[in-house]
Amino acid sequence: MSARSDYDVIVVGSGAAGGMSALVLAVHGLKVLMLEAGRNYDPLVETPMFQLPSEAPLRGAGTPEKPFGFYDATVDGGWQVPGEPYASADGAGFMWWRARMLGGRTNHWGRISLRMGEYDFRPYSRDGLGFDWPLTYDDLAPYYDRTEALIGVYGSNEGLENTPSSSPDVLLPPPAPRVHELLTRKTCADQLDIPVIPAHLAILSTRQDAERWPAELFPDNPLARRVVGQSMRSRAACFWATPCGRGCSIRANFQSTTVLLPPALATGNLEVRTDAMVREVTVDSSGRATGVHYVDKTTRLDEHASASVVILAASACESVRILLNSKSGAFPQGLANGSGLVGKYLMDTVGASLGGQIPVLEGMPPHNQDGASAMHLYMPWWLYGQQAAGRLDFARGYHIEFGGGRRMPGPGVFSGLEQFTGGVYGRRFKEAARRYYGSFLYFDGRGEMIPNEDCYCEIDPERVDRWGIPTLKFHWKWSKHELNQARHMQRTFRDIIEAMGGRVMGTVHEDGADSIARPGEIIHEVGGAIMGDDPDRSVLNQYCQSWEVPNLFVTDGAGFVSNADKNPTLSIMAIAWRACDYLMDRMRGGAL
Amino acid sequence: MDEWPRRMDRRTAVKLITAAAAAPAVLGACGTGATESAASRSRSGNPLAAGTPSDPNLLEPVVPWDLTLSEDELATLASLCDTIIPADDRSPAASAVGAHEFIDEWVSAPYDAMREDGVLVRGGLVWLDEESERRFGARFRELSGESRTEICDDICYAPDAAPEFQAAARFFDKVRDLTATAFYTTRVGLDDLGYVGNVPLASWDPPPEAALRHAGLKPGD
Repeated sequence: MSARSDYDVIVVGSGAAGGMSALVLAVHGLKVLMLEAGRNYDPLVETPMFQLPSEAPLRGAGTPEKPFGFYDATVDGGWQVPGEPYASADGAGFMWWRARMLGGRTNHWGRISLRMGEYDFRPYSRDGLGFDWPLTYDDLAPYYDRTEALIGVYGSNEGLENTPSSSPDVLLPPPAPRVHELLTRKTCADQLDIPVIPAHLAILSTRQDAERWPAELFPDNPLARRVVGQSMRSRAACFWATPCGRGCSIRANFQSTTVLLPPALATGNLEVRTDAMVREVTVDSSGRATGVHYVDKTTRLDEHASASVVILAASACESVRILLNSKSGAFPQGLANGSGLVGKYLMDTVGASLGGQIPVLEGMPPHNQDGASAMHLYMPWWLYGQQAAGRLDFARGYHIEFGGGRRMPGPGVFSGLEQFTGGVYGRRFKEAARRYYGSFLYFDGRGEMIPNEDCYCEIDPERVDRWGIPTLKFHWKWSKHELNQARHMQRTFRDIIEAMGGRVMGTVHEDGADSIARPGEIIHEVGGAIMGDDPDRSVLNQYCQSWEVPNLFVTDGAGFVSNADKNPTLSIMAIAWRACDYLMDRMRGGAL
Repeated sequence: MDEWPRRMDRRTAVKLITAAAAAPAVLGACGTGATESAASRSRSGNPLAAGTPSDPNLLEPVVPWDLTLSEDELATLASLCDTIIPADDRSPAASAVGAHEFIDEWVSAPYDAMREDGVLVRGGLVWLDEESERRFGARFRELSGESRTEICDDICYAPDAAPEFQAAARFFDKVRDLTATAFYTTRVGLDDLGYVGNVPLASWDPPPEAALRHAGLKPGD
């Protein structure tokens, strides 16, 4: 390199991938600059713990600016970001969720932390659709263990097909199920042969072992042991109150801002710049990355930072956008895009839902059902046999998330009650409210989408955002696999509700196109810079390293080759950690 | 009662939160000037929030838009809210927790869905007083309970309402939904329903046996 770089590594983004990348590199002594497009955010002082909906505008109801409600942690985010538009071709309707804040989407996410299984890395080999990953479950398993031990995940090991177990002692104990969860489990076991098992969530059901894990995770690294141990000791166990989506001021759940960034900063090796919106990666005449251009949102001026290595971890579509906007003579199609595949094979999760009213839950004796604020039990995909025998009209699986019970009432708490009461009002309405409160269950399917040629994004030639950066245009088309799967989900939910003696609320659609959630609505978008074994057919290698620009890595969900029904955040972190180990290994060898 | 999960005493919970707030700042080396420790920040304020609609101060909520209903509309609305949720031996009427004021906040909000609700609600209020005058020669708020019931029975359930009352039935359903939202999200409403959560617990325990029995379950199911 001609000029000395300011930093060893620039990390673009501060969420699951950026936070993990920065922590792993900083504890090993690398000088890291993190650039975050959103504002500084500190959940320790900003989180509304215990506030009632009645203290918020509109009783906390969602609005276009705060889609998940007033108290949701998301800052300057949602499916629309002020001044940062995107377009959708032909009414394809892709909805792009972003969060412009330190820690990104990890501040409000669902904390569901499921491992991909061995089948999930070999989907093409199993059914001839999509692509195989360039790595196997066994390659990633040690990093799943490390990630779970580092961030704290509750759950259990059940030994079910393609539903991996963690190593002994890695998982924290799962919380006891609530009544409606037990009833659902019993019904599913007795009548439907659907397994219902403890969910895996990144929430501390007990405090972490701050002596054991730092030593096991970083055996020869006193700095890492010190900062990670200190971070673990400062985290409290969940006190079973107040929704995780607001953030957590006692650091009991996982947020990049409470779990990854504090120890990374404590090393003294990480500098964070917020309000720094990265526009493009710069390259030298030899085609190596030299740093990034970013807009300082506070001054609206362009700045440049240089480093020996650049890691994009800005979220799948934002990283793709940066690559496509990094055009130069050597890279006329955008950086790392010799294959022409940057932006291609975007995937979201297939979603469908259904609610039911369960008479046996009416008039339940009052007791606290808050728990971990999200689910304690779930149903992993169970129809592998039927699928292999060709008895299903879709190729991949889904899991079921469900909730309900006597949770804190929010806006719309008794919307739709009239269908059960014939429209009562007056004293009879109050009696009905007491009777029906807590008797509603909601089922959500989360299924695997198969990558296809029609789902991609590109730079919109007609628009820039308020920072002068060209914006994205999305294209989308579901295949019959996703539509049929969504239909199957709703039918399964109906079967469960009816087996419980309940009444379906809403419509079980005949056409999956009416059942399926909108693309992007589930906020699991991955792909766009897929990894692989062949530089002509992939953007990255299995270590998230660009084939064409060896000192450029993309550690977020963009590298995903498939989108198993296992919510992607845990895998993003495990893959990022593995990529950073490889990066440091190459650096030590002088190759970077 | 002894089957219920043990509550963490409030002092312990407050200590936990205070300790978290006094922990070292998340941003030790931030380049944007946000380097002060969390402990030094104002306890009540939130200096990081911009105070915009997409980044409101979550700790000191404000309703940033003007309210639009007139005193007269509010008076009619309050009497309808109280017809939907009247006082009984367990809790007060809806207007006692400001249900009509909440609906004003809702229909005045600068969002398409709420604006649409605003048309429905304001139009419905005109209809309601007009119908009251037509049938009983007085405003809705001046009617006896019986007379109010006579009108509301015609509009309380759209599937059973006569064709000429369909629009009024949609109005009634909207106000009932909003009144319930207003009422059951307050402390008074939570207590009425027997919601006993939103308190820190020292441990999370299985459901009480009475709850299991109620659902036809037994310990171990």
